[in-house]
Amino acid sequence: MTKNRSIIDKKIIKASIIEAFKKLHPKTQIKNPVMFVVYMGSIFTSTIFIKDILSGSFDGFNFQIIIWLWFTIIFANFAEALAEGRGKAQADSLRKLKSNTYARLFVNGSEKKVLSSELKIGDLVICESNDIIPIDGEVIEGIATVDESAITGESAPVIRESGGDRSAVTGGTTVLSDKIIVKITAEQGDTFLDRMIHLVEGAKRKKTPNEIALSILLSGLTIILLLAVATLYVFAIYSKNISGDQFDVTLTVLISLLVCLIPTTIGGLLSAIGISGMDRLVTHNVIAKSGRAVEAAGDIDVLLLDKTGTITLGNRMATQFIPLDGVTENYLAERSQLASLSDDTPEGRSIVVLAKEKFNFRGRDLSHFQIVNIPFSAQTRMSGIDINFDKDITTSLRKGAAFSMKQYILDHGFDFSESLEKNIKQLALEGATPLIVTENGKPLGIVKLKDIVKGGIKERFDQLRKIGIKTVMITGDNPLTASAIAAEAGVDDFIAEAKPEDKLNKIREEQSEGKLVAMIGDGTNDAPALAQADVGVAMNTGTQAAREAGNMLDLDSNPTKLIEIVEIGKQLLMTRGALTTFSIANDIAKYFAIIPAIFSTLYSLGAINGPLSKLNIMSLHSPQSAILSSVIFNALIIVILIPIALKGVKFIPSSTSKVLVRNLLIFGLGGLVLPFIGIKLIDIIVNFLNLV
Amino acid sequence: MLYNNLFQIVVLITLLVIVCPILGYYIFSIFSKEENSIKNINKYWHPLFIFSKIELLIYKICKVDKLQNMDWKKYLFSVLIFNFFGFVLLFILQMIQKWLPLNPQNLGNVPIDLAFNTAVSFVTNTNWQNYAGETTMSYLVQMVGLTVQNFLSAGTGIVVVIALIRGIANKESNLLGNFWVDITRSVVYILIPLSIVISILLISQGVVQTLQPYQNIETIEGVNQTIPLGPAASQVAIKMVGTNGGGYFNANSSHPFENPTPFSNFIEMFSLLLIPMALPFTFGRFVGSKKQGRTLFFTMFGLLLIGFIIMLFSENYLHPILQQSGIMEGKETRFGIVNSVFFANITTAVSCGAVNCAHSSLTPISGLILMLNMMLGEIVFGGVGAGLYGMLIFVLLTVFISGLMVGRTPEYLGKKIESKEIKMAILAVIIPNMVILIFTALALCVPSAYSQVSSGGPHSFSEILYAFTSSAANNGSAFAGLNGNTPFFNIFLGLSMIIGRFGVIIPVLIIAGSLSNKKIIPKSLGTFRTDTPLFAFILIAVILIIGALTYFPALSLGPILEHLLMKSGIIF
Repeated sequence: MTKNRSIIDKKIIKASIIEAFKKLHPKTQIKNPVMFVVYMGSIFTSTIFIKDILSGSFDGFNFQIIIWLWFTIIFANFAEALAEGRGKAQADSLRKLKSNTYARLFVNGSEKKVLSSELKIGDLVICESNDIIPIDGEVIEGIATVDESAITGESAPVIRESGGDRSAVTGGTTVLSDKIIVKITAEQGDTFLDRMIHLVEGAKRKKTPNEIALSILLSGLTIILLLAVATLYVFAIYSKNISGDQFDVTLTVLISLLVCLIPTTIGGLLSAIGISGMDRLVTHNVIAKSGRAVEAAGDIDVLLLDKTGTITLGNRMATQFIPLDGVTENYLAERSQLASLSDDTPEGRSIVVLAKEKFNFRGRDLSHFQIVNIPFSAQTRMSGIDINFDKDITTSLRKGAAFSMKQYILDHGFDFSESLEKNIKQLALEGATPLIVTENGKPLGIVKLKDIVKGGIKERFDQLRKIGIKTVMITGDNPLTASAIAAEAGVDDFIAEAKPEDKLNKIREEQSEGKLVAMIGDGTNDAPALAQADVGVAMNTGTQAAREAGNMLDLDSNPTKLIEIVEIGKQLLMTRGALTTFSIANDIAKYFAIIPAIFSTLYSLGAINGPLSKLNIMSLHSPQSAILSSVIFNALIIVILIPIALKGVKFIPSSTSKVLVRNLLIFGLGGLVLPFIGIKLIDIIVNFLNLV
Repeated sequence: MLYNNLFQIVVLITLLVIVCPILGYYIFSIFSKEENSIKNINKYWHPLFIFSKIELLIYKICKVDKLQNMDWKKYLFSVLIFNFFGFVLLFILQMIQKWLPLNPQNLGNVPIDLAFNTAVSFVTNTNWQNYAGETTMSYLVQMVGLTVQNFLSAGTGIVVVIALIRGIANKESNLLGNFWVDITRSVVYILIPLSIVISILLISQGVVQTLQPYQNIETIEGVNQTIPLGPAASQVAIKMVGTNGGGYFNANSSHPFENPTPFSNFIEMFSLLLIPMALPFTFGRFVGSKKQGRTLFFTMFGLLLIGFIIMLFSENYLHPILQQSGIMEGKETRFGIVNSVFFANITTAVSCGAVNCAHSSLTPISGLILMLNMMLGEIVFGGVGAGLYGMLIFVLLTVFISGLMVGRTPEYLGKKIESKEIKMAILAVIIPNMVILIFTALALCVPSAYSQVSSGGPHSFSEILYAFTSSAANNGSAFAGLNGNTPFFNIFLGLSMIIGRFGVIIPVLIIAGSLSNKKIIPKSLGTFRTDTPLFAFILIAVILIIGALTYFPALSLGPILEHLLMKSGIIF
């Protein structure tokens, strides 16, 4: 999937033109009430026209009107086809990944070559370098680098390993190195790839609640205008009779008026807007499981963000050794490194690295020592090693957070000294995390772990605040550290020392106040919260459970993506509102073009023009050219607005009233003025070409 | 002269702007709690003490369970059944008035089609009158039938809007209140006390109030003339306060016994605007934001002012044929141009329908404004209650479109506006418009109908368009010229009044029920604000555009055409 695809792609346009004609099928047309009225109108006028031809009369004006009425429908079809076409092109490239390959089924310790379509849930498959992973599954053994670029567009390979949060693999991706055993978790036809193809293709697309509401509004307007035009026929005949004038109001003219008045612009582009909204998400490498989720994204009030990886760069890093009195920094660094050797958490590794960088402690040969690794446990909340430098004397090196180490130090009969306390407090105020390192219970010093706040994140949060979204940071840190980072990153609120269920509780709490909450998560323990959130974005690197629970999936696994998702959701609604306003505002000009045209001779009392021709404020050339120009304008405006429908109205984060005024000026006032100019210009061209 | 008259209007509006917020708060206290929260009402010295006793007495007699709280279905059912029985009673009363007491002129029974039209007309708060009161209705029918319905139809408007407001203000509850309690309170605490005060003021100006038979008098010229009398003042008071508009006499408020002096005219205009202007403030109190109420008030006021200014210019414009500005045709000299024009503007805007000048004689553009006032759905203050619920319908539509434009699922006062609300709101807009357009078209196809017009040209079209507009919008004023007392008009105007009234009330109560059940989403910076001048501006634009889209073709063949013809020297 390539990023930044342009809207205009010759192949897609060609396919869309064909599709636009195919969509003339009544079954497709009836789904869109506004366009269906145009459709019926076109059929009706065409029938009259054919009848006229059969009786030997040909009216060039009627013929042109009919052509443009059909074009109005075809243009709307084209817009929809174009929006779908972009998805279809993506779906096709995805489908190529699904080519039926052989898989190495692993049964009772031996390998068997089978077709990947024969695999069932629970089967085990072996994948080695250059093997394509047949279907979605979970790594149960081994570690491997996998190329997921086919799906994510990200060329850098990712690591997939058994256990933990990076165990899910996707069918269609390629193993680059090493060997893994994968347990199949999805059935053929319901794999991630299948669902993604469905989604980008729009095959499963249902109208979203907001789209339904807008359709109702548009249908209502259409009914009103239908009534206005239908009764106008009677009013016109009555007026003709009492005035004693001779003039004809043909059905073709009335249908032209109707088509110009009903909101064809938004009606024709409505489904294109919806499809392209989903599609824009895809270009940001986000897959939404429903259109509803995209709309909800625009309404988000609260954003729950994990500190790690979202607000701060990855994990905390050791940045400094702070020895206590009587201990050298060198010694502290060496002991800290030893205590961290068996600790493969990112923090532990960063201590090893820092010691290496600062004091050049290379990996030493420790094989002649007797070493017992003490891994981190929930009870002790510390880790380290027991090492026998001398035969019988065991040196216990421990490190851990201050609150867990305090008791340990006191238990071993050492002081938790004031300077230690002071240092801890100082570090916490800076938003750093102190790790205390001890040797046989005696505190040696502190390793300073620091979070690094991502560049530019503060500005993003400022933007969110402007559009009324509250950000909440979730972290396992203590409140002091959390508040320091919260201040540095500019979030509105934070939850410190958070347990997994805290996320869920926070979401419920905000929701009970009527707010809409979005969150992003990857771990299995995020799954309930992801499911509870109104918009739950799961990361592609996450566990299967998380990916199932969320209603969106971020292929890049980039937590700041949530901000873009919100923008796309808002853009979607804004585009609908803007084009509706535009469409309705257009009608004023069309009335001023067509009404005087129809009644130009009413009460003319022998003169060429009657009083109502004074309403022809655009001074259009003739009644026929006025009507034709309006119909042409009405059809062309659909094509002209396709780019806005597909790209969406520009989103500028600022206060609601500013956004509203801006859109009102562009689409309301613009919609009022533009057709006056457009119809006049077309009228000039129509007369220049002598079309009527 | 002009400035003197305009000054009177300024005084009138100033007075209303002072009184209406207070009245709005008073109405809020009546409906906000199960027990009304008017202070000290149980003390015998309180002016409303007697009314509170009447309220309780009514509950006792009618066996109303004060504590029963209704959902929208029950509430709607009660509204419908109550109005239906009101209709039946009034219908029968007219059909048998000949045999009933208090009929000193021995007026005969009312023909069935006229009785139907009149009964519907008074039940729907329209008061379209296809009859002359003094030659058709007995004192009994006027007092027990028409006047009673004047109170009850106005009360119905108030309770429906109160139910809608409760729906908006409620937090996840399906209860809208008790219809029987609400209707009793609206009549006992609002309509009756106001009517008493206004009747007395009107009597002081010479409006008649008597049960004596009509008087035969020899005039100065020596001609014998019958002077119709009757209990007019009491009916005139409620006709204004309840925005009913049904005149006691045929000439309505231009009759010297209904509106004798400039001051009585002032009182009538004041009382006509009183409740419709107070209700936006009641709304503000209910939703806990006075600013929201004020915004609606100014929106309505803005629309009223636009219409008034256009009419004022139109009436004082140099007439192309008469070569004179300020035409007095059809206007009473005791009121003058400004007071006639303002009266005409507010009576159509406020869905009253009382008239103090001949609307047909106004300039075509003034006639257009009058029709537009009604075509917009009687929301420029509008009928008591009906105006505000009509306006709230437009608010929902406006919120929906502008909410989309700021990129959020639209919400109003914390309530999400979804398909159901939009469906009902658009229905409430379509139904009256549909009636106006289709019935007008129908009348133009039926010779027995379109032959009843009296002028020629576009003016005759306006006469029929005006009639159906006035009836569907439940206004009741007539353009004059059209003879409406024919079976066709009696039946179709009657139908249009019913559909125009309940075709809006039903969707409104469904919306009330739907909104009532919803959560209130707390305000955030991202919420689209509905209490700003910007919102009022957009609301006005939406109202005018929907009105224009629907009626531009029709109006262009009526008043616009007539105006253009007048400019070239042709009048009708």
